Amino acid sequence: MNTTTEKNSALFEYLLRLGDTSLILGHRLAEWCGHAPILEEDIALTNISLDHIGQARLLLDYAGKIEGKGRSEDALAYHRDARQFRNLLMAEQPNGDFGNTMVRQFLISVYNFHLYSALSKSADAELAAIAAKSVKEVAYHVRHSSDWLIRLGDGTTESHERVQQSINDLWIYVDDFFNGDEVDVLLMSQNIVPDLNAIRPLWNETVQLTMVKAGLQIPQVNSAMRTGSRKGNHTEYLGYILAEMQFLPRAYPDAEWL
Amino acid sequence: MSESNIPTNQWKLWEVFTQKKSGLPHEHAGSLRAPDAEMALLNARDVYSRRNEAVSIWVVPSECMVSSTPEDVGSFFDPANDKLYRHPNFYKTPDGVKWTS
Amino acid sequence: MIATDTERELEFQAKIDRGEVIEPKDWMPERYRKQLIRMMSQHAHSEVVGMLPEGNWITRAPSLARKAILLAKVQDEGGHGLYIYSAAETLGIDRGEMIDQLHTGKAKYSSIFNYPTLNWADIGAIGWLVDGAAIVNQTALAKCSYGPYSRAMIRICKEENFHHKQGYQMLAYMMRGTKEQQEMAQDAMNRFWWPALMMFGPSDTDSPNSAELMRWKVKLHSNDDLRQRFIDRTVPQAEAIGLKIPDPKMKFNETTRHYEHGEIDWQEFKNVVSGNGPCNRERLRARVKADTDGKWVRDAAEAYAKKHMN
Repeated sequence: MNTTTEKNSALFEYLLRLGDTSLILGHRLAEWCGHAPILEEDIALTNISLDHIGQARLLLDYAGKIEGKGRSEDALAYHRDARQFRNLLMAEQPNGDFGNTMVRQFLISVYNFHLYSALSKSADAELAAIAAKSVKEVAYHVRHSSDWLIRLGDGTTESHERVQQSINDLWIYVDDFFNGDEVDVLLMSQNIVPDLNAIRPLWNETVQLTMVKAGLQIPQVNSAMRTGSRKGNHTEYLGYILAEMQFLPRAYPDAEWL
Repeated sequence: MSESNIPTNQWKLWEVFTQKKSGLPHEHAGSLRAPDAEMALLNARDVYSRRNEAVSIWVVPSECMVSSTPEDVGSFFDPANDKLYRHPNFYKTPDGVKWTS
Repeated sequence: MIATDTERELEFQAKIDRGEVIEPKDWMPERYRKQLIRMMSQHAHSEVVGMLPEGNWITRAPSLARKAILLAKVQDEGGHGLYIYSAAETLGIDRGEMIDQLHTGKAKYSSIFNYPTLNWADIGAIGWLVDGAAIVNQTALAKCSYGPYSRAMIRICKEENFHHKQGYQMLAYMMRGTKEQQEMAQDAMNRFWWPALMMFGPSDTDSPNSAELMRWKVKLHSNDDLRQRFIDRTVPQAEAIGLKIPDPKMKFNETTRHYEHGEIDWQEFKNVVSGNGPCNRERLRARVKADTDGKWVRDAAEAYAKKHMN
């Protein structure tokens, strides 16, 4: 394999990781549509979902181009099976209650914020441009979800207990964020992506700061951490998401939908 | 806390003002419900600027708005009716003078 | 000198007849206020309940572009509900009170949203037919006598045009697609055509509030006139993309230059309005559940605000 092919196949893989995380998280948020605690939040959650779907489209479209096999954003979204998906395990976790959704959103948004900030300086111009556009949206997601974490953490006894429970439940998917592999190493060597080990302390700091404001505890569960998203080892939830998401294009393979 | 006969609490009401672009005045866009100022601001952005309608947003608790009443109309606004001299077109300039202001 | 209610009412009517707009702090007859609250809250509830049948399909949209369009559209519906609740609140009713009326079945919402969305083409049919009918209604309401309602309608009409157009475009595209896609589109048309016509309400002879509302310019056209306007603009659109109108009696009258349609099943309409449509229970249950499940969240935010005041 020559170096360009190697680079492109690593970049393709990396773009799927970013794009799939956006797509699956956008899907989960869309499930809230019409069911949020108050109308204003219905509008906020659909807005964030829309941002994620927009990011997914840019990233998957670019992934298809890098791959060079003529696969479009839709071909990638609708015609891969769960084992080929590269989204973070956290993104596919069920919504649970509103607090649980906000915890999931907060943890991923803070990660996205630091990651996209670094990616906006990528040596790959197109990825840098997508990251620069996305980081503005993500900054808003961080603000919205931190605001909620603080209000729920420091609201009523019930809200505090619920949201702390969600943090404890979701924390086992945190290591998966930073579990880089040979793809990262290769792309790092060409200044295309940042070192995830350098993102982790930034993430820790932002998360810690909000947790303190919210009066919430970071759980100690390091032994039970679940990883594997980068090799397509998902939780069982992803299969159901895809069954729902992909049903039309798969049931009518000859049809085009615009 | 709300009682069972009023099962839904909807937070307090805020008035939203948006500025379409810098240089233009802020205009009343509508209202919304929010528990506090920060959330009111975020909600205002999501509700009243879904299509880039704003570059700046003000939110004000509705209870802080003070307005004139229809009964005030006569005493507030009629007295200005006969003060034509407050408008520049009240004044004539001599023929041939070009006046720009 | 204090004016009597009769004098005030005459003055109020004269104002409306002169084409002036009524603003929240202006004096208004109690019935005008009540009727507006009824209409506006019903309208707002319709927007919010209307998020459900379409929201259903966001996770199943067959392309990412369509998913984004549908998300944006359903989000708009929520926004429209919010604009109208806001406008209604200027009449001295609290949003919580309106929502409670919805949840306890005291307030109605548009019967159309009690029909299920069974195939993907239904999303196109809702945009084209349901939003198309809504635009005809709302364009008229944009000129109504109550300022906040009219202003909300102007904003909403601008946004609804996108909804209307994307729905038609989607069906047009499906009609050029596979046989299955064409069948889906026609099936959606067959199920949504009549309920869309019912959205304008019963014929004016059977509409108890019409005369009063028209005198107050809350309503500017009769239900039948608006329905006719909708039919006249929609039938040629259907024909242009090869969709059949599920009404064997539908024909163009060369003399009147209008389409004539068959009998509307008002019994079905009454059934749906009175709670016995295909999805009434599911829709209401979903709204009540969202509100109940969200209570701890709203309470928490309120508690936080109290703690951190100043």
